[in-house]
Amino acid sequence: MSATAPAPPGILGQRRLRREDPALLTGEARFVADLDVPGALHLAFVRSTLAHARISSVDVSAALAMPGVVAAFTGADLERDWAAPLPCAWPVTADMKAPRHLPLAVDKVCYMGDAVAVVVAESEYLARDAAEQVFVEYDPLPAVVGIDDALSDRVVIHEELGTNTSYTWELAPDATAVEAAFSSATHRVHGHYVQQRLIPAAIEPRGVVVVPQPFGGEFTVFSSTQIPHILKVMLALTSGIAETSIRVIAPSVGGGFGSKLNVYAEELATLVLAKRLRRPIRWIETRSEGTQATIQGRGQIQDIELAADAEGRVTAVRVKLLADMGAYLQLVTPGVPILGAFLYSGVYDVPAYSISCTSVFTNLTPTDAYRGAGRPEATYAIERAMDALARQVGVDPAEIRRRNYIKAEKFPYASAAGLVYDSGAYEAALDRALELAGYQELRAEQARRRESGDSVQLGIGLSSYMEMCGLAPSRVLASLNYSAGGWEAATVRLLPTGKVQVVTGTSPHGQGHETSWSMIAADRLGVSPDDVEVLHSDTAVAPYGLDTYGSRSLSVGGVAVAIATDRVIEKARKIVAHQLEVADEDLELAGGAFTVKGSPDRSMPLGAVAFEAFTAHDLPDGLEPNLEASCHFDPPNFTFPFGTHVAVVEVDLETGRVILRSYVAVDDCGNQVNPLIVEGQVHGGVAQGVAQALFEKASYDEQGTLLTSTLLDYLVPAASELPSFVTASTVTPSPTNLLGVKGVGEAGTIGSAPAVINAVCDALARQGIHDIEMPATPERVWRALKEVAAR
Amino acid sequence: MIPASFEYTRASSVGEAVRMLAAGGEDAKVLAGGHSLLPLMKLRMATPSLLVDVGRVRELSYVRDAGDSLAVGALTRHFDLSRDELVARHAPLLAAVAGQIGDPQVRHRGTIGGSIAHGDPASDLPAACLALGASFVAVGPSGERRIAAADFFTGFLETALAPGELLVEIVVPKATGAGWSFQKFNRRAQDWAIVGCAVVRDGSTRVALVNMGASPLRSPGAEQALAAGASVAEAAERACDGLEPPSDLNASAEYRRHLASVLVTRALAEAGGAPGQEASP
Repeated sequence: MSATAPAPPGILGQRRLRREDPALLTGEARFVADLDVPGALHLAFVRSTLAHARISSVDVSAALAMPGVVAAFTGADLERDWAAPLPCAWPVTADMKAPRHLPLAVDKVCYMGDAVAVVVAESEYLARDAAEQVFVEYDPLPAVVGIDDALSDRVVIHEELGTNTSYTWELAPDATAVEAAFSSATHRVHGHYVQQRLIPAAIEPRGVVVVPQPFGGEFTVFSSTQIPHILKVMLALTSGIAETSIRVIAPSVGGGFGSKLNVYAEELATLVLAKRLRRPIRWIETRSEGTQATIQGRGQIQDIELAADAEGRVTAVRVKLLADMGAYLQLVTPGVPILGAFLYSGVYDVPAYSISCTSVFTNLTPTDAYRGAGRPEATYAIERAMDALARQVGVDPAEIRRRNYIKAEKFPYASAAGLVYDSGAYEAALDRALELAGYQELRAEQARRRESGDSVQLGIGLSSYMEMCGLAPSRVLASLNYSAGGWEAATVRLLPTGKVQVVTGTSPHGQGHETSWSMIAADRLGVSPDDVEVLHSDTAVAPYGLDTYGSRSLSVGGVAVAIATDRVIEKARKIVAHQLEVADEDLELAGGAFTVKGSPDRSMPLGAVAFEAFTAHDLPDGLEPNLEASCHFDPPNFTFPFGTHVAVVEVDLETGRVILRSYVAVDDCGNQVNPLIVEGQVHGGVAQGVAQALFEKASYDEQGTLLTSTLLDYLVPAASELPSFVTASTVTPSPTNLLGVKGVGEAGTIGSAPAVINAVCDALARQGIHDIEMPATPERVWRALKEVAAR
Repeated sequence: MIPASFEYTRASSVGEAVRMLAAGGEDAKVLAGGHSLLPLMKLRMATPSLLVDVGRVRELSYVRDAGDSLAVGALTRHFDLSRDELVARHAPLLAAVAGQIGDPQVRHRGTIGGSIAHGDPASDLPAACLALGASFVAVGPSGERRIAAADFFTGFLETALAPGELLVEIVVPKATGAGWSFQKFNRRAQDWAIVGCAVVRDGSTRVALVNMGASPLRSPGAEQALAAGASVAEAAERACDGLEPPSDLNASAEYRRHLASVLVTRALAEAGGAPGQEASP
């Protein structure tokens, strides 16, 4: 009866190829833009060309007169179609100021790319042509482009708020202790760092298709999103359409990095217009449009101070953050700096801690979560500052870290910021990284090059990071004023033929959840992962879920799969015990079959149990038919992955060019389900952090005009700009979940930017250069060299 | 990323292309590999009314030995140029330059004629042609004419080609055994040069620069200095005399000047040939 093949034991930890890849690599996978919906209309948005202006008039008549144009609307036309403004789910303080954010601007535009009108046409080309025939008259206003300018309130962007400051958030569990530590410190270090704005640039731009059922009154929303479940709830609240009438499907999604962790104007507008016109409607973002209308990442100014004793042991960390929210608050915009705000003491045993964060509005694209979300920023600040401390104390950067690490025996460790780190062995990761990098040899080569006055100097940069992921314990989110919980849902079914169905509330967009979740279930059931299907990203199939972001999926969603699988096993055990007439505890499950302990001939394969559960002919009294169980797992704590990265750069003193010569990443994400996927995450993450360190920056002029609106100007590095990364891992399981897993989606990005910039500064230390703002472009390095030469 | 509407026609011969261009008037554009024109059209920075596609005029894809020179058909793709044996022997600079343009997809689509006729100061092939002392053959309604590279690039994206003229051939004097170098400074392998430098030393020295002004150009300062017997360092110092490089996101004009002098130094060193061997250009 059973169609299930037995599996070799110990599936977890195998390097299994991803089952998602054949479809992705052959072009069989269907993305939103691939969906062929007969009769669909196409949207094109008319976007503000100015960063800040009053709208004097919007004339859509010429566009409406064009053949093939079905409708055109201004922001004023649609103002009463929205049931609520676009949502911000994270009011981090009780008095946080939030402007009303409508999908289409009505009276004024607040950033370049703000939508002012929308054209609906029979084809995408016609829609774009017609959008060019919408004439908007603006009354320009001075633009607020920088954080300092915003703070001055010289120009208040949202007059009704009276200020550009959205909130100030403070965490000072023991301010007196911080003061005392600084006044008695031998060494004090101050670091001032700028986190430039980044454009997420997922390989698939955003897109949304809404298909109304003309007679059923229901709407299917296909969106390139990370969060189909959250989107469904938010679309119901903002469109006024009942939640029961909205089904959201995220088909194949080509990356997100946080940029698709949002509820966007285009999603709401497409739904509302489909309702108004009773026609299927699609909108596909262009790359240039995405540089303006999709959220950007980072955008902070950081001031970090360390107090340390004579040996360089850090006694206090004090941080002042300024964060650029952009023109409006998107879904979790205000919370991004807060996600990092607990982590500025890094991997170090720091007894006193305080931080404040002030966040402001500017006339730029809204910021929001971007791979790491607050944690790369925090890690950058502390890891740059630790290098500065090492220099001041006069010890090697590796040594200053050793002196300050939280010792392995101190875990679980209660941080001064109020977190409890689950587990860690920081020095082991450092040792491994230094060994793999050949640290001593590198230092010797560096010395030789310095000695010989080589025009190409060598720099070695370290970064020891720790991050907080597994978002998140719901009660902790409540204490941070977040509007939702942090649990994840899973349902596991044994189907009549013995095949296994896993339904997950996570929503993968490149992470390989189908592969990993099938391995988790298969490992517990003792079947082959190939016999486990994984369903996701469709609110009709997986009604509960909180989706994928913040390296949460494995340590929350994967754990939910494991627990639900165990519940199915326990029910199956009852059926077998009943039919074999033994006690539950006399059965053991191995190789996909229950066997009576001590009687290997008395066994029942899972497939047979599934069929028995399905026919329900002979079940124990009171036991319901079928083998299905669910789990809604709310994690008891965050997880805290960590590691040490070593970057080696060559800096051409003549041109200022930085070449990343080699890179070693030693990461500890606890137990690994599939090391191949772990390495893939580290490779991509490191590349993204290197991109921030050396290449990428969303550049604006003084009027708030985006200058990097194509991939010709916005420099996303490719394989040719990166060395072959060396990756390794240490394994320190998390004690907070039954899989012992931590999460790895963001680790590479979090660890890498400070390692690279520390390396650049290390190469230039002999020249007296100790800071280069990101990205460390050739011209920036050359100017720094020129400046010191002129001294 | 969607172009405005336009008409499209495909030519099967040079003569037909010239007739189509004449019929199309001022707003007609030649489409060859499409790697300069199509991106501009997608950004709606170019909105030609008619595209005359010469991509299948196969008679324009060749490299021939023409005695003292090589004749290169305008439709020769960068990839073919980079792998051609005649080019490798007699104009290795050209092969090296072609092999570094963009990425493999660009090199298999882009054509030398398209790159020259576009006249982009950031393109590498115009600089290579300037350094090699090449000339260009154009065919128009009133017949064929030849234009020296030095006279061809007249301004930003402007060339000596008249409306209705089609670039058909690049004539490259053989530089067999001459010293040469190509220095390309960019951020990503597939990018345009922020600054580039092409040098050929064959008795005299020609120094051409990429992205150092409104058009592809030679460095009069460096060339004159070398002709007068100056050292490499002195020539490099004068490389930017009279030039007005652009300032953009990738580099300020000041930094470009610095880079140009570094690249000229490196190029001259690599091209070899001691100073003082200069003949009059």
